[in-house]
Amino acid sequence: MTEATTPAQPAGQAEPVSFFATATAQRLLAFASLVIMLIGFSLASPNFMQSSNMIAILQAASVNGVLAIAVTLVIITGGIDLSVGTMMTFCAVITGVVLTNLGMPLWVGVFAAIGTGALCGFASGTFVARLMIPPFIATLGMMLMLKGLSLVTSGARPIYFNDTPGFDQISRGSVVGQVFPAFPLPNGVLILFAVALVVAFILNRTVLGRYTYALGSNEEAVRLSGVNTAAWKTAIYTLSGAIVGIAGLLIASRLNSAQPALGLGYELEAIAAVVIGGTSLSGGRGTVLGSLIGALIMAVLANGLRVMSVAQEWQTVVTGMIIILAVYADQLRRRKTG
Amino acid sequence: MLKRRSLIASVMALGLMGTGANMALAQETTIPLISKGFQHQFWQAVRAGAEQAGQEFGVRIVFEGPDNESQVDRQIDMLAAALANNPPAIGFAALDSQAAIPLLRQAQDAGIHVVAFDSGVASDIPVTTATTDNVAAAALAADKMAELLGGSGKVAVVAHDQTSATGVDRRDGFLNRLSEAYPDIEVVTVQYGGGDHLQSTEITKAILTANPDLGGMFGTNEGSAVGIVNGVREAAREGLVVIGYDSGSAQQGAIRDGLMAGAITQNPVGIGYETVRAALAAMNGEELPEIIDTGFFWYDATNMDEDQIQAVLYD
Repeated sequence: MTEATTPAQPAGQAEPVSFFATATAQRLLAFASLVIMLIGFSLASPNFMQSSNMIAILQAASVNGVLAIAVTLVIITGGIDLSVGTMMTFCAVITGVVLTNLGMPLWVGVFAAIGTGALCGFASGTFVARLMIPPFIATLGMMLMLKGLSLVTSGARPIYFNDTPGFDQISRGSVVGQVFPAFPLPNGVLILFAVALVVAFILNRTVLGRYTYALGSNEEAVRLSGVNTAAWKTAIYTLSGAIVGIAGLLIASRLNSAQPALGLGYELEAIAAVVIGGTSLSGGRGTVLGSLIGALIMAVLANGLRVMSVAQEWQTVVTGMIIILAVYADQLRRRKTG
Repeated sequence: MLKRRSLIASVMALGLMGTGANMALAQETTIPLISKGFQHQFWQAVRAGAEQAGQEFGVRIVFEGPDNESQVDRQIDMLAAALANNPPAIGFAALDSQAAIPLLRQAQDAGIHVVAFDSGVASDIPVTTATTDNVAAAALAADKMAELLGGSGKVAVVAHDQTSATGVDRRDGFLNRLSEAYPDIEVVTVQYGGGDHLQSTEITKAILTANPDLGGMFGTNEGSAVGIVNGVREAAREGLVVIGYDSGSAQQGAIRDGLMAGAITQNPVGIGYETVRAALAAMNGEELPEIIDTGFFWYDATNMDEDQIQAVLYD
């Protein structure tokens, strides 16, 4: 915060320092917006700040949060993924087929979801990195293919998980609640935080993470320095797909069913969360924490406006304004520090 | 920079507080209705009816619904937010009743009266369900069919679904009424087009080819009815009595053009109105019937411009 408020650094050393400062400041900025919103809504409605409603918000953020983290990886490489919504649905449907139609044990269903996601991500990655199809088009195609496949595989009917007791506990159950009965935080939220931690570690501490940022900053330079960019990019899309598989598990478990028609439109909400969190759509810059906060901001906004009983038409208008405001604030800061 | 940012933030916070203060001043009973959809004309008509009742009885209505009928999780989020306000009663049209049951149980435990509308919830939690009596509505379609055919002839049915409650009720309501009251009318076939325009069109053309002496056809929802009209038009068949169900601009156009004799429309305004009225009755501890029939209307070229009918038609 202090770094960000001081005037621009001398031009010579501006590059590395400001890079760091922007990222930190952006995170604080997004976090501050979140806190301001929480305070604002608490003042606006006495019913907002109660533990059951906070849990409802976290639960509402869990699926979008996991999707946002998945798409963050792709966006940092300078790509975009429009298929995450229907991919999530497809993973849920495959889990339904494995658990309900084939009667396999629970853990097989979990691996099926994550494996299906990874496979879909691998396909997207191959289209983008090897066949040189622009990410927007490749994932648009994937979005439609997966939507169709979800309907075909499920027979266009929801698949229920009534025969797999415990499946709904993945998202709805509460390990925390068994320890602290007063605050039954759903497992789905814990899974969101766990995914965030693991992906943040990968991005900051591993070679894969380093290449993710490098590919987004200057892919040509990475390639010229002898790195097999196609392989690394495919790996990133595959990882992203596996995370989408986790989102598929979360939503299927929460609804105790795989709803094959659902999913379209979820990719844009995930992208909105990523952008609010300060990740640049031009690649090379972004954080998992930012996207997590972005998803929380969207969930707080949706819930808060509803609890305030704002008319739904206006909720949509306000959400759109907030997205623009968030990115504008980010631009202002960048102009100052960059 | 920070100043500007905090300015934006304080304006936002002020705005929120301002609205909050307004609400605190009003302090009236608010009843949320969580619907299956929002921008579709049918749901806006339900909303209009609910708001009409709200004005009449002095309660505030908040009407919400997901963008489309596949977004089961969004509907659950809306339900959760609505319950946070601990309203005295809530109206709910479940997209997937199973997915909503944990929250509905929570509502029940909190003493919130749940009124189901449009489609039932497979549970005993709702105090009542405000919906169309589809059996009676389809029986009216059968009466009209018999009247227009002069009491005898061959008819076929294009239904939208053989498993859902609406599909079964409308089909059976129509067939049973015919077999009970009009022995000279023969039903040659019942086929299912999933409510899909194109599929229903193909089915209709096949039925027309197989039955050159067919007198009438009944479509059990908007998609089936429009499919019949398309099929009749493509097959260039004349003199067939076509009866539809629900509203929509294509169906209304077909009635104006004389391709369709008339149709049954549900009363979405009545659904909204009765939902709110039932919620208030439940809050007052009144006993409610299991089902509240919200009514339906027959409309054709002669009456579709009347105010009463226009109020329940939608594009």
